[in-house]
Amino acid sequence: MTTLTGTGTLLRFALRRDRVTTPVWIAVNALMVLSMPNTLQSLYGTEAERADLVRQLETNASFRALIGPIHDTSLGGLTAWRVGVYAGLLAAVTGLLVVVRHTRDEEAGRAELLASGAVGRRASLTAALLAAGVANGVLALLITAGLANQGAAGALALGVGVGAVGMVFATMAAIVAQLTESARLARGLTSAVLGAAFVLRAAGDSAKSDGSSVWTWLSPLGWLENLRPFAAERWWVLLLFTAAVSAQAAVAYVLAGRRDLGMSFFPARPGPAAGRLGSAAALAWRLQRGGVLGWSLGFFLAGVVYGGLTEGAADLVGDNENAREIFERMGGRGGLTDAFLASMVGMLGLVAALYVVASVLRLHGEETSGRAEPLLAGPVGRLRWAAGHLTIAFGGSALIMLLAAAGFAVGYGRQAGPILAACLVQLPAVWVIGGLAVVLYGLAPRLAPAAWGVAVAVLLIGWVGPALNAPQLVLDLSPFGHLPKLPGGEMAWTPVLTLLALAAVLTASGLAGLRRRDVT
Amino acid sequence: MTKAITVAGLHKSFGRTHALDGLDLTVEAGEVHGFLGPNGAGKSTTIRVLLGLLRADSGAAQILGRDPWTDAVEVHRRIAYVPGDVTLWRNLSGGEVIDLYGRLRGGLDARRRTDLIDRFELDPTKKGRTYSKGNRQKVALVAAFASDVDLLILDEPTSGLDPLMEEVFQRCVEEERDRGRTVLLSSHILSEVEELCDRVSIIRGGRTVESGSLADLRHLTRTSVTAELAGPPNGLAHLPGVHDLDVQGHRVRLQVDSDHLTAVLRSLSETGVRSLTSTPPTLEELFLRHYQDETEQVAAR
Repeated sequence: MTTLTGTGTLLRFALRRDRVTTPVWIAVNALMVLSMPNTLQSLYGTEAERADLVRQLETNASFRALIGPIHDTSLGGLTAWRVGVYAGLLAAVTGLLVVVRHTRDEEAGRAELLASGAVGRRASLTAALLAAGVANGVLALLITAGLANQGAAGALALGVGVGAVGMVFATMAAIVAQLTESARLARGLTSAVLGAAFVLRAAGDSAKSDGSSVWTWLSPLGWLENLRPFAAERWWVLLLFTAAVSAQAAVAYVLAGRRDLGMSFFPARPGPAAGRLGSAAALAWRLQRGGVLGWSLGFFLAGVVYGGLTEGAADLVGDNENAREIFERMGGRGGLTDAFLASMVGMLGLVAALYVVASVLRLHGEETSGRAEPLLAGPVGRLRWAAGHLTIAFGGSALIMLLAAAGFAVGYGRQAGPILAACLVQLPAVWVIGGLAVVLYGLAPRLAPAAWGVAVAVLLIGWVGPALNAPQLVLDLSPFGHLPKLPGGEMAWTPVLTLLALAAVLTASGLAGLRRRDVT
Repeated sequence: MTKAITVAGLHKSFGRTHALDGLDLTVEAGEVHGFLGPNGAGKSTTIRVLLGLLRADSGAAQILGRDPWTDAVEVHRRIAYVPGDVTLWRNLSGGEVIDLYGRLRGGLDARRRTDLIDRFELDPTKKGRTYSKGNRQKVALVAAFASDVDLLILDEPTSGLDPLMEEVFQRCVEEERDRGRTVLLSSHILSEVEELCDRVSIIRGGRTVESGSLADLRHLTRTSVTAELAGPPNGLAHLPGVHDLDVQGHRVRLQVDSDHLTAVLRSLSETGVRSLTSTPPTLEELFLRHYQDETEQVAAR
């Protein structure tokens, strides 16, 4: 077929471009799934403990909403329960990113160059879908092979199910990418659908404890649960995935056949003919306000959800010695409620580190894209230019932690003061990560993206470290490890002030470097 | 006349590449100065040093009487810059960007802004991501020409413009000169430079190889002469400074170094001239001569 000419070349090209990012997504996802049996083994080692857990969870609707219903008490069954939905989420994100990257490239003019070569009209879409297929296939294979010792059928069901969720959202992204004008919008809209799928499943699972709610059945993430890996697999559910993937792919192909390159079905709206932006700071706010708004909303909602879970969590964990130990290691001492609150707030603090890195690296993005050059060639000092973005990075992280505290106040309704303090005490550590990003950007701009690595490492240390019994030396590497465990623990000013000073020094040295170096 | 830009012995390397290797450049206040050179010759690097974006390794640079690195912000209030490849914020409209740059410099002339948008046929309501290459250039050009500055630094500003817009651009530069502003115009379009520039500097390999008015530069090079003579030419081949002599019966074509032109004309008129055309070298020929030297050097290596 001539419309597919060049697909092979494009596919190789796509896989080569993705040779770092996609394997990282897959590896993180597979690690999360494959480490789970060990973690569960250490927490709920005996059949009796697991049965106990299930009995309590069955009555807790909030937990079912967050994680899903339990269908089996084996280690495999609990693994599928604990990580299934999240592995599906990650696979979906991987798939949608791959497809959007390789179909909406025309923004950068690269697709035009490719399309003018001997490349069929449908080749680019086919190559993108195949690239997503390769990624999800590898993931499915890894999960199947890695969990096979828990039961081959269950491992296969979980692996294929997770990969299938990835492909549902990959093909959905293919449709959305044809309808929208920019890659960013395509990613945003597909993510919104993914979010909706999660919410539908959560609503369904909180209503019914066996996943039979119609809401659950409306969500591809719900299908993954209802495939029931390790719990008398219902293989026919895979037909739903197959139907969805083929239908969506067919629609995407029809759209791709009708669409002109660079055109979209929802063209961008015109903007104002005159502008009111008058300073570098105003421009920075304009560029980042959407992000700040999204993160604020997310943190507020997370606060509400975790706040709502707090009451039940204490009951749940109360009976399990090992789980309590973990919570105490992750979070605080004393009352289990405090421990739960402390570990949830701590988790949000870790996620806020991602916000601060994204926001600081806006400077790097502005510089490498060439948009900073004409600004800095105007009467805008480098420090003033950077200050605009850094105010949003550092101030914004304070804002989102405040909103998380407000969310807890809404969802939990008690201890508003101590929770607020717990949220604010995260900031020195968040700012240290932000300061590191500024240093990298100011002194070694080519290494600036490594700030993401730092944030992810800190996230892993804080998230997985305590559960894996990591040595104190490793835990101490993260600035979050030195924070007082609030609420419940003692407030300790020394580490807080030390971290604040460290953040200030890092930021100042980064800015000094920026002032001295070449801007390219 | 005061100097708007003085650069002497400028050096700048990036790792092992020597982008600038002792570059000199002088731009008088009030002139339109052409800045020519092949790709990679160091034009943009020089401009970035002048804008205080890059720090020179050694050498002196002054712009509007100040140091481009230490007094960057002060200097930039009196400068407008148009890069060769304008990138815009995807979700900001062209009008917003024009006004942002204007406000940063302390305000735009609103009437001139409207007039320029009209002349360049720019739609200011479109978002950054939807502009074509040429239209992105127009956004930056309108912002630069509408602002009240002393010096315009234009780095291949017309890339992507169609010939009609190229014409509008040239009118705008002339208007700037008439108002007494200084323009540094880096360009590859030689007709544009020939039309607009009072003086030019040609650089190659990070060094200045020619600098002066077009008349000066022409003086240094060859004039082509074509003549129809009354009889066979006599002794032309032995005259100093004659190149590429081509004789076909009574027709003669030759190139002559400009300072030997008189002797050639004398020899021709001795034979008797029926018709004569003499063309001064175009900028293109000047330019190619410098480029070709380089290609020969490369070939010799």
